[in-house]
Amino acid sequence: MGRRVLLIEDEPNIIEAISFVLGRDGWDVHTHANGATATEAVLRVMPDVLVLDVMLPGKSGYDILRELRAAPRTRDLPILLLTARGQSRDRDLAEELGASRFMAKPFSNAEVLESIRELAGLPPGEAP
Amino acid sequence: MHGLTGGRIRQQRLDRGMKQCDLARICGISAAYLNLIEHNRRRIGGKLLQDIARALDVDPVSLSGEADTRLLQQLEAAARRWQARDVAPEEARDLAARFAGWAGIVVRQQQRIGELEHVVETLSDRLSHDPFLFETLHAILSSATAIRATASILTEADDIDPAWQARFQRNLREDAEKLAGQARGLVRHLDGAARAEVAQVSPLDEVESLFAARGWRFPEFEPSLADAAGGGGSGGGGSGGEDATGRAERIARRMAARAPQLSGPAAREMAERWLLCLARDAQALPGHAIARAEAAVGRDPIALARHLGCSPARMLRRLACLPDFAGGAGAAFGLVICDGAGAALLRKPVRDFQQPRFGPACPRWPLFAALARPAQPLVRLIEQPGPLASRFLVFAIAEPQAPGSMDDMPVIEATMLVVPLATAQDIGLVEEGPVAPLLPVGASCRICPRQGCQARREASVLT
Repeated sequence: MGRRVLLIEDEPNIIEAISFVLGRDGWDVHTHANGATATEAVLRVMPDVLVLDVMLPGKSGYDILRELRAAPRTRDLPILLLTARGQSRDRDLAEELGASRFMAKPFSNAEVLESIRELAGLPPGEAP
Repeated sequence: MHGLTGGRIRQQRLDRGMKQCDLARICGISAAYLNLIEHNRRRIGGKLLQDIARALDVDPVSLSGEADTRLLQQLEAAARRWQARDVAPEEARDLAARFAGWAGIVVRQQQRIGELEHVVETLSDRLSHDPFLFETLHAILSSATAIRATASILTEADDIDPAWQARFQRNLREDAEKLAGQARGLVRHLDGAARAEVAQVSPLDEVESLFAARGWRFPEFEPSLADAAGGGGSGGGGSGGEDATGRAERIARRMAARAPQLSGPAAREMAERWLLCLARDAQALPGHAIARAEAAVGRDPIALARHLGCSPARMLRRLACLPDFAGGAGAAFGLVICDGAGAALLRKPVRDFQQPRFGPACPRWPLFAALARPAQPLVRLIEQPGPLASRFLVFAIAEPQAPGSMDDMPVIEATMLVVPLATAQDIGLVEEGPVAPLLPVGASCRICPRQGCQARREASVLT
């Protein structure tokens, strides 16, 4: 079984597409769609990389990010933040809260995959 | 560039190889007098300046230096806007003199920045205060992301399982339909918003539109000379005065009832309130009375109010509606009136003075400081960042309104007359030269770039 990636996103067809792409690359893909219980899901799965959407039902990705960075177990977890707003202020806020990467929608599969592999420290061609 | 008119005349004459005596003869003056003019030892203006300009075949404005002065002020304002401490004031003069074209580009760019800042404010407000727009844009981007990701899989993965292929094709169709619906909803929403923007958005907007259409000029409210001779005006106390005031009030009511700019009862009621107020102001302070007072005590609004025995707020309102005051300088005056909560009740725009159309204004405006000190006139020099020529002399006063009954809490309204600094200097309200102290203010926090302001209530979109 490959390295674990947790995708927290509420749009089912995005979840399906990204899960498919990551699965084909060899990742052990976990998904979660509810912001209110996202932190518990992270602690339960303890992924190697977390992909976190900002606009989630129940709790925003920014709040989840803040909680994860305050917890010792997830302080250094690589987190790719996905957002619909690519403005510099959103980017600055993501950085301030401790996001490892920031990506604005609509992104490509290749961009997401490349970012996740880099966050996991995987060299090109190496399986997760 | 010569800093004074005489030097410019001399330069133009020498450029044309014209003798002093020849130019003097053409203009009907002695060569000795022209010599004094050229050495700036005699002031020049009016007809003689026109004659000299005609003889030299130049625009009189280029001789008087008005254009240069304006350009210089605009460059200085641009430097203030960017808080540029590493530029010396004399360099602006040098730039304007040697590279007027480039200086003009700097000024035009600064003006364009001001316009774009206004657009940013509008768009930013729309995204922040329009939840439908924000949600719809987010949904559209999510659908686009899903379509892009799914289409990419279908086109790039050639060994995909048929069951997965069918599933992704179904997802693609679903997301495409979803996106089409979201796009239609967005177009409907924007179309409705555009129509709403074309229309006036509030009764106050409609009232201000009516006043603007009249150029804030209401000659119908002025008492006639016959009224004046008969002791007219509400302050006169005679029956003739009551008739004149009654007539002005009838005109005000009719104007509010018939003005095409007013679309509903709320706007008509608001317009009637202010038109009646201005009509009574005109009856109490006729233009000719203000002109006589001006000759006696000068143009300071507070001194004029004291001389004529009226409230300062009435004088400020009156001057804002007297475009001919001080040789036409009154046309450049702005006015803001607010209630005790700081909400705008009436606004007369003034060039380069930024006032928010929506939401609260800068809390540092003397208008609001006056609310804390009723009946005490405040006179301040203020400076706004952003657009050019952003320095103003303001007169502010808060006054309680007549109570409805004995036990009523006093209702306070504040009034602020806004005079562009250049106008204030031209008409002698402020001495020429450097001015101090200047009170730094803004328009509203959202578009104010000032840093470290203790009055800031929210972050700026500009920083």
